[in-house]
Amino acid sequence: MPAIEATRISELRLDHVSRSFGGKLALDQLDVTIKGGEFVALLGPSGCGKSTALNCLAGLLPLTGGSVWLDGKRIDGLQPEQRGFGMVFQNYALFPHMSVRANIGFGLRMHRTPKQEARKRVYEAIGLVQLEEHADKYPAQLSGGQQQRVAIARAIVLEPPLVLMDEPLSNLDAKLRLEMRTEIKRIHQTLGLTTIYVTHDQEEALSLADRLVLLRDGQVQQIGTPEEVYTEPVNRFVASFMGYRNTVELPVTDAKGKEVTLAGDGLTLTGSRREELGDTAVAAIRPEDFTVSDGPNAIEVTVEVVEYHGREEAVQVRTATGNALHLRTEARLAPGDRLTISAPPERVLVFAAESAAAGSGDTANHVPED
Amino acid sequence: MATATTAQPAASKTALRHRLAERGIDRNLLLLLPAVLFVVALFVYPFLYGLQLSFQPQPGMDAAKQYGTGPLANYRLFFADSYLRDTIWTTLKLGLPAALFNVLASVPIAYRMRGRFRGKRTITTILVVPITLGTVLTAEGLLTFMGPTGWLNKVLLNLHLVDDPVRLVHNYWGVFFSLIISGFPFAFLLTLAYLSGIDPSLEQAAATLGAGWWHRFRHITLPLLAPGLCITFCLTFVLAFSVFPSAIMVGEPSRQTRVISIAAFHAQFEQYDYAMGSAIAMIMGAVMLVVIGAVFALRARFYRGATGGKG
Repeated sequence: MPAIEATRISELRLDHVSRSFGGKLALDQLDVTIKGGEFVALLGPSGCGKSTALNCLAGLLPLTGGSVWLDGKRIDGLQPEQRGFGMVFQNYALFPHMSVRANIGFGLRMHRTPKQEARKRVYEAIGLVQLEEHADKYPAQLSGGQQQRVAIARAIVLEPPLVLMDEPLSNLDAKLRLEMRTEIKRIHQTLGLTTIYVTHDQEEALSLADRLVLLRDGQVQQIGTPEEVYTEPVNRFVASFMGYRNTVELPVTDAKGKEVTLAGDGLTLTGSRREELGDTAVAAIRPEDFTVSDGPNAIEVTVEVVEYHGREEAVQVRTATGNALHLRTEARLAPGDRLTISAPPERVLVFAAESAAAGSGDTANHVPED
Repeated sequence: MATATTAQPAASKTALRHRLAERGIDRNLLLLLPAVLFVVALFVYPFLYGLQLSFQPQPGMDAAKQYGTGPLANYRLFFADSYLRDTIWTTLKLGLPAALFNVLASVPIAYRMRGRFRGKRTITTILVVPITLGTVLTAEGLLTFMGPTGWLNKVLLNLHLVDDPVRLVHNYWGVFFSLIISGFPFAFLLTLAYLSGIDPSLEQAAATLGAGWWHRFRHITLPLLAPGLCITFCLTFVLAFSVFPSAIMVGEPSRQTRVISIAAFHAQFEQYDYAMGSAIAMIMGAVMLVVIGAVFALRARFYRGATGGKG
C-alpha cells in the first residue's frame, strides 16, 4: 500500500472560463469537463492562452469571466493556497535554499501534517521519482532532469485532486525530454492523478494525454482524444498543428458529397471535405502521405532540399508554379531531381479557407466529447 | 635547421603568453591601474598616514600631558575620558536604530512594489527623491516643519492634541529623522533590487503548496532576501555612523547628539591635535568594522546562492 495516493475527484468543470489582459482576451470562454483520473493536454502555439488557462486553474490569475467547479463546488474564488492543486512550473521553481527533502516536504509542512507521516510520504515521493541518493542535495547541485523530478515529487506528495503541469519538459534536452515524458506517464498511471498538462509540442501531447484541448488565440479549436485530433482535425489550423504540413489554398471546382476537387495554379487535388466550404478551400496533406509515383493527385515537382532522417528522407520539393511541398520518402533523392508525387484522395483533407473556429470558437461544439 | 632555431623562441614566447593568460594575466589587467592608483592615493596612503600619526601624540596636547608621549597615549585618553568615550555609544545609539529602521521599513514597501503596476515609477521617484537632497536642505526642512513653531506643532497645538510644542529637533529625534530621510531611499532601492532578483514563481509555487502570504514571506522570500538585507544594513549603518552635519544642525551637538565625528572634528580642527583626531578616526573605523563583522558573521549562516530571478 503506497503512502501516496491520488485524491479521487469525479469531475472538474470549466464553465466559460475567460481571462483578458487590458481588454485583450487571452482566453475566451473555455468550456471543458475533466473526469477524475484523466490526463488532459492543453495544446497550442505560444500565445494561445494555454498557460493563462493553467494559471487561472491554479488560482495564480483571477478569472475575468466564467467559473470553475470541482465536484459541484465553485472554486474560482479561492486563493491558490486554498485550492490544494499541485503545480509543476516550467522553470521548476524549486526553493534554492532548501534541500530536495525540504522542498518536497514544504507542502506537508504548510499543511501541518504530523512529522511521522510527513517523513513517510516524503520518503515515498523521493522513491517514486527515483532520487533516493540525492535527497539531501540542494537544487543547484542537481541536473535539469533531476530538478524536474523534484518539482514533480513536490507537487504530488500532497495527493492533490488535480496536478497542473506548465510545459514541464521544455527546458530539457531532447533525450532527457523523452525519458521524463515516460516518467510522467508512469507516475500518472501509478497514481491515477487527474492531470492538466500544458504544452506546445503536439508529439508530447499525443503521447501523454487521454484528451487534447487545442487552443488558438484564446479560443478552443477542437477537443478530442489523440486519435480523433490526429486523424480528424476539424479545421486547417488543427490540421497544420497536427502534422498536415502541406496546405494548398485553391478554388473549388467540383463537389460530390464528401468528395471535393480543387483546381488552379497548375494543380488539381481531390480530397474529402471536412467542413462547409466557400469558393476557395485548403487541401491539407501529411508529408508521409505522399508517395513518389504516378497515381491520383499526381503533381510534377523538382527536389529542392533533402534532409537525412535515417530510414527516411524529409524532402522539400517545388511545383512548376512555385508551391513548396514537403514529403517523407524512403527513396534516395538529390536536389534538382524531377519527379511525380501523388497522394490518395482519402488522405487529402479539405478545409474552409477561412476557418469558422478562428472567428467564433463554435467548432468545438460539433466535435463529440468522447 | 635555421628555420627551426628561429621558430623556437617565437613558440616559447606564445606559450608563455598562453600560460599567463590561463592565470588571468594579460593586457586587460592594465585596466585596473586607474582604480589601483585611486585606492592607493586616496585611501591606503591617508589611512596608513593617519594610523601612524595616531601613535605619535603631539607634545603639549591633553594626551601628552596626561599620558606622556607613548604611542598609545591618544587611545588611553579617549577611553579614559568619558566625554570622549561616550561618543561611541551616542553614535551607535543613533546609527544602529536608524539603519535597522531603514532596512525594516524598506522591506514591506519594496515587497509590495516588487511587481509591475501603474504608477510604480512615480511612487519610486517620490520615495527616492530625498536621496538627492543634501543634508543641509534636509536639516532646514526638518527645522521649518518640525521645529517649535513649525507646521507640525502648529497643527498639533491648534487641534489641542498637545499643550506645549513637541520637541522634535535640536535633540536625538531630529538627527534620527534626518538619518531616516537620507538613509531610507538608499535602503529601499537596494532592497527593491534584491527583491526583484528573486524569481516570482518561487512564491507562486509556495502558494500552490498551501502557503499563505505570511508563510510565503517567512519561508521563501525572507531567507532568500536576508543576505541582501545584511549588506543593505551595513551600508546604511556606515552612512549613519559617520553622521556629522545633521548632528550639529538638527541635533544637540554638545550633549545628546555629540557623535564621534564631532569629537574627531573638535580635536582636529579646533584643538589642532592632529594625532588625537587621527586616533578618534581610527577608533571610529574600528567600531564600524566590528559591527560589519558581526553582521557578516550572521550572514554566513544564510543561504547565499542563486535566487533564480533576473538579479
